Amino acid sequence: MSTARANRLTPYLFLAPAGIVLAVALFYPICYMVYASFLDWNPSQRIGEADFIGLRNYTKLFSDAAFRESMWVTIKFSAVVVTIEMILGVGLALLLDRNIRGMSVLRTLFILPMMIAPIVVGLMWRYMYHPTVGIFNRTLTDWGFEPIPWLADGDWAFASIVIADIWQWTPFIFILSLAALQSLPASAIEASKIDGASGWQQIIYIKLPLMLPVLIVTLLLRLIDSFKVLEVILVMTNGGPGLSTEILSIRINRTASEFRELGEAAAMSNLLLIILLILTFAMFIYNKAQEVRAQRMRAVEEEA
Amino acid sequence: MSQKTYDRQNPAFYVLIVMLVIMAIGPIYLMLVTSLKLNVDIMSDTSSLIFMPTLRNYETALCDFLWYEPEHLRRCDPTFGRALTNSLIIGLVSTAITLVIGTMAAYALVRFRFMGRDVVSIWTLMMRMVPPAVLLVPVFGIWTFQFGIDGTRGGIILVYVALNLPFVIWILQSFIVQVPIQLEEAARMDGAGPFQVFFLVVLPLIKPGIAAASIFTFRVAWNEFLLANALADRNSRTVPVTIVNSLTEFDIDWGVIMATGMLLAVPPIIFTFMASRQIITGMTAGAVKG
Repeated sequence: MSTARANRLTPYLFLAPAGIVLAVALFYPICYMVYASFLDWNPSQRIGEADFIGLRNYTKLFSDAAFRESMWVTIKFSAVVVTIEMILGVGLALLLDRNIRGMSVLRTLFILPMMIAPIVVGLMWRYMYHPTVGIFNRTLTDWGFEPIPWLADGDWAFASIVIADIWQWTPFIFILSLAALQSLPASAIEASKIDGASGWQQIIYIKLPLMLPVLIVTLLLRLIDSFKVLEVILVMTNGGPGLSTEILSIRINRTASEFRELGEAAAMSNLLLIILLILTFAMFIYNKAQEVRAQRMRAVEEEA
Repeated sequence: MSQKTYDRQNPAFYVLIVMLVIMAIGPIYLMLVTSLKLNVDIMSDTSSLIFMPTLRNYETALCDFLWYEPEHLRRCDPTFGRALTNSLIIGLVSTAITLVIGTMAAYALVRFRFMGRDVVSIWTLMMRMVPPAVLLVPVFGIWTFQFGIDGTRGGIILVYVALNLPFVIWILQSFIVQVPIQLEEAARMDGAGPFQVFFLVVLPLIKPGIAAASIFTFRVAWNEFLLANALADRNSRTVPVTIVNSLTEFDIDWGVIMATGMLLAVPPIIFTFMASRQIITGMTAGAVKG
């Protein structure tokens, strides 16, 4: 009897430590944040002393031009970055999907930008964008062009953070789509070759449609991650000049540490979390739908 | 692999690959070169390909650990040395804790059927998406006012463990599923208890998964800035925090800061070269099946 009970308890014993840590240090803080977003709270107060102000943080946010601007910058940044990275990454994967020597070395080198601390990535790019000693302006002046105010002008600063992000994250999409390409059924591609499809026709009618499920998940993963970008931009521009590169995460950080409005920062975090949850949920549903479809296909094949 | 034949390619193709490699590692190379230059060389007008490489910037950063006194330094600033110790302790301890409790949880989720398993899986996936910025306010508040562990290494370790657990559980699940259940049954027949089965049979078989998970965990703890910045006090600051702090000063000492950046970048670079296959497996898990 006692061994049976021990066996019944084992899964819970194995789960307990992780469950406790997640509950105390992840789940509880998130609930706490939802509650805090209804408070007028500054860092010197205990949470009990903060006044309950209902939805006022949220209404304040939506009437705040700076917040709307930062929301717009975030969306613009994610959209631009993800679009360009998808095109470049998938394009490179289609181009480099060949039987060549040294592919694994290439892949190793490509993941370096993702492994290095975002702080360091920001540092490298800030140095390269430096108005006088940076390599870009140095090259431009050497070739007789006007130097570009990379991080000093709003539009250029936005372009600069986009370039840095593309450098860091295109390899991610490249590696995922290469893996997808190499797991495609060889028979489909062979068949299209025999039917006389050209390289482009193969890509458009065979490869891309077959890769689509992976590409959609990649897109969603990258989209979710692009909302999390913070340190690279923090080091490069700290959101400036003006508000031109102030994405939501940086605004949250500033609202909490500079303006000392914890309630407002919590409300912003809440909105960011809702966006991410919607995206995650979309990914989950998509994955489930794919599984169901794959099962049905298998069932049909077995019947036939 | 040795008997594999390679296709002959157009030369333009190789030019493209060389350009891609230069683009990928060029910035890292520039950082390395800058960290080996004196400030005079960095600031000089001629774009200098020829310069005397010097370790002075590294001596300045690491003066705390050196057995001799670098002659160019008037006073040793121990900030960076202390931060490096903190980063190492926080990274290693949080990785160890995350892995132990993460593997156990993943194993339970895969192997035992009990109520709420699906719910747990969905929650792990959702929690994986929580960005550090979202945790900033609540973690600061709770750690300071309720737990009283702000400014300690333990406090920072706790956040990192929680932040990494969902991902570790998620990725290890996919490795544990592949362990043949017959092996475990055989061990149980021979009289092994659930803990013995787990530690002596399952763990050795999922070593690659554990390698991938530990690299990802260590990397997050080693690289993270925002939460460390909010929680750390003078004595528990990590390297990313000190780097950002020295940046806000008006006159940036590029040589030294690039040396510290390089030191922060070195462990992840080593991991990448040692275990790139595992890292790629970790990245593609979830998006690409197999």
